[in-house]
Amino acid sequence: MSEEQKNKEKALTDSEGASPVDPEREAKLKAAAEARAARAAAKEKADAEAAEAAPPEPKPPSPKQPELDAIVALIRQQAADDAVEDAYVNELNGDMPTVIVKNDHWRSVSQLLKHNEQLQFNYLRNVSGVDYESHMEVVYHMVSLGSKREAAIKVKTERDGASVYSATPVWATANWNEREIFDLLGIDFPGHPDMRRIMMPDDWVGHPLRKDYEPLDSEV
Amino acid sequence: MEFSLESISLEERKELERNVFMGTLEQLKAWARSNSLWPLTFGLACCAIEMMGTGASHYDLDRFGVMFRTSPRQSDVMIVAGTVTKKMGPLLRRLYDQMPEPKWVIAMGSCATAGGPYIKSYAVIKGVDQIVPVDVYIPGCPPNPVALIYGINKLQEKIRYEAKTGKRVTGR
Amino acid sequence: MIRTEELLLNVGPQHPSTHGVFRIVVKLDGEVITEATPVMGYLHRGTEKIAENLNFTQIIPYTDRMDYVSAMTNNYVLVHAVETMMGLEVPLRAEFLRLIVMELQRVASHLVWWGTYLLDIGAMSPFLYAFRDREIIIDLFNELCGARLTYNYMRVGGVKWDAPPGWMDKVRDFIPYMEKKLEEYDKLVSGNEIFLARIKGIGKYDAATAIDYGLSGANLRCTGVDWDLRKAEPYSLYSQFEFDVPLGQNGDCYDRYRIRLEEIRQSLRILKQAVPQFPEDGETMGKVPRVIRPPAGETYVRIESPRGEIGCHIVSKGKAEPYRLKFRRPSFVNLQILPKLLVGETMTNLITILGGVDIVVGEVDC
Repeated sequence: MSEEQKNKEKALTDSEGASPVDPEREAKLKAAAEARAARAAAKEKADAEAAEAAPPEPKPPSPKQPELDAIVALIRQQAADDAVEDAYVNELNGDMPTVIVKNDHWRSVSQLLKHNEQLQFNYLRNVSGVDYESHMEVVYHMVSLGSKREAAIKVKTERDGASVYSATPVWATANWNEREIFDLLGIDFPGHPDMRRIMMPDDWVGHPLRKDYEPLDSEV
Repeated sequence: MEFSLESISLEERKELERNVFMGTLEQLKAWARSNSLWPLTFGLACCAIEMMGTGASHYDLDRFGVMFRTSPRQSDVMIVAGTVTKKMGPLLRRLYDQMPEPKWVIAMGSCATAGGPYIKSYAVIKGVDQIVPVDVYIPGCPPNPVALIYGINKLQEKIRYEAKTGKRVTGR
Repeated sequence: MIRTEELLLNVGPQHPSTHGVFRIVVKLDGEVITEATPVMGYLHRGTEKIAENLNFTQIIPYTDRMDYVSAMTNNYVLVHAVETMMGLEVPLRAEFLRLIVMELQRVASHLVWWGTYLLDIGAMSPFLYAFRDREIIIDLFNELCGARLTYNYMRVGGVKWDAPPGWMDKVRDFIPYMEKKLEEYDKLVSGNEIFLARIKGIGKYDAATAIDYGLSGANLRCTGVDWDLRKAEPYSLYSQFEFDVPLGQNGDCYDRYRIRLEEIRQSLRILKQAVPQFPEDGETMGKVPRVIRPPAGETYVRIESPRGEIGCHIVSKGKAEPYRLKFRRPSFVNLQILPKLLVGETMTNLITILGGVDIVVGEVDC
């Protein structure tokens, strides 16, 4: 079904409701859809042209690329085939291998990362939570003290009812870090032994580090 | 005991004027109190390190009769050295209530005075004077030990002035 | 009939030996601790939220106030993170100044720890000695940047002030003075029978536990794990200098004490090499855009602060302000092991163990 047909159908279903058919609105919708299609086509063409002209300077692959590939392959092989959402080398951070793991598989992946003999990420450096307004993200920075290899693992979660499985049973470091994230960002960590607020008083309302936080008593 | 001022010679009279001071009992009490101010060891943040530095060998607060006490029940003055958060506020008030009268409060540093650099924070009380009455404010972030000594001198001055004139320096 | 019952005892937040406003609730069976629950947040000031509305130069003063005993290393972790993101070059003279002030700061910070730790255990005079010698370093910093505690010295791309004439000579004179004093202090305290009885074999843990809890600094190295970020992942100019990483074997409070004293010695050794190499002249600020806008993306950098691994995680959206700024504070992470260590110890050892972890509450609560 083409996009135009879809639009028409939508307009029809709309008209079945209480509102009368607005020919002007329909025309506008149609025009907008056409413009969108045209823009997309133009972009595709430009992209194709750019591809034809060959990328300006093919960047040399990062020295950490094989490390990243190894991690991704292991996760795919041993945890779950679809556990990896995305993987890239973060060049802004000295080529840090970064893997985005699906929330459902995080529990088994965390076990794997620590106990797998090739990876052995035994030292969890840092856990941070980030509020991206569209979603929440928990970032784990870890390092293997033996091989000095490091990685950043990200887990995304919904903003409402945010929840990521706790890493405390795997790395004891995560304990207070997760409590802090729960306190300040409102991400729940099921499986955590003692999930309470850590920084704010127990009767505090809201999670201060969320982007839409409004303090109750800003005057004090 | 009989004591007549008429019977003494002029030299003795001069001698007496040089050595005997007249004043009220209030003034005497204020003199004693102001020279033995015992603050509560109550370090909150960065200013506490400067407070420790003031108490240590280089600046030596002991020479002003200022000796840190670790219990509120033994102290006269509370030096609020650092940021007071909303979680800390009720506890600070309780410590103040535990101190025996007469008691004074020094707000050391800009955080205790008015929130300082954390004025826009969600967790900080913007000035300790919202919880307890403050006698001396010391600006600075953190104040130099010399500034703290100056603040303590000002408090001593205030105690003596209030006893001498019967007026209060701040209208609280 | 004699009946015993458990006692719930609250320590802090106003307690002279908790180094600030740290609170711990312990359950006691006689004098033995059966359960310990740390409570913190009494100094949580929301630095991370405030930083989201400030540009990077404006955030530097807030890093001073996080770990106020070692403000220079905190300055460095933030500017280093921004420099990593933007790929900025720092002039050699500026980098030397940074390294020298960071090592001086490490000496000053360990002196504060040494003095207050012994004060907690019951020795008064080391506190006075430590603060006397720390005052010399503070005076050096005061001359360099006009502040005694919160320096706000480093900038993205360099340092704010060049060393005033004659400053480096004062640093040079300070090194032998401190070395001599350090020997004296070592002799004064380290062999004391009472002191050894208080700290030897107390608060023990093994390397696997330390790694599991993510401990860093002397708390990790006391178990024999060779992990000093100055050596393991060299930053700044540390790879150019010779120094040893002191290690312990037993993982007790005594080893942590020895390591910190030895670290002062190693810092002086680095300073001894760095001061003669200090470039005669040169820029103290690199070429930095007028408005500092790191590219969109994120980075996590870490350095070795006197307390352990301090990290800075910046998420940028290409604006002058960070989208999210998170500090990995070593005191906060190191303190997690405390409840585990305290179970089964006596009440007197609480102070010994807590002091041995070396926390700064401004950093625990951020």
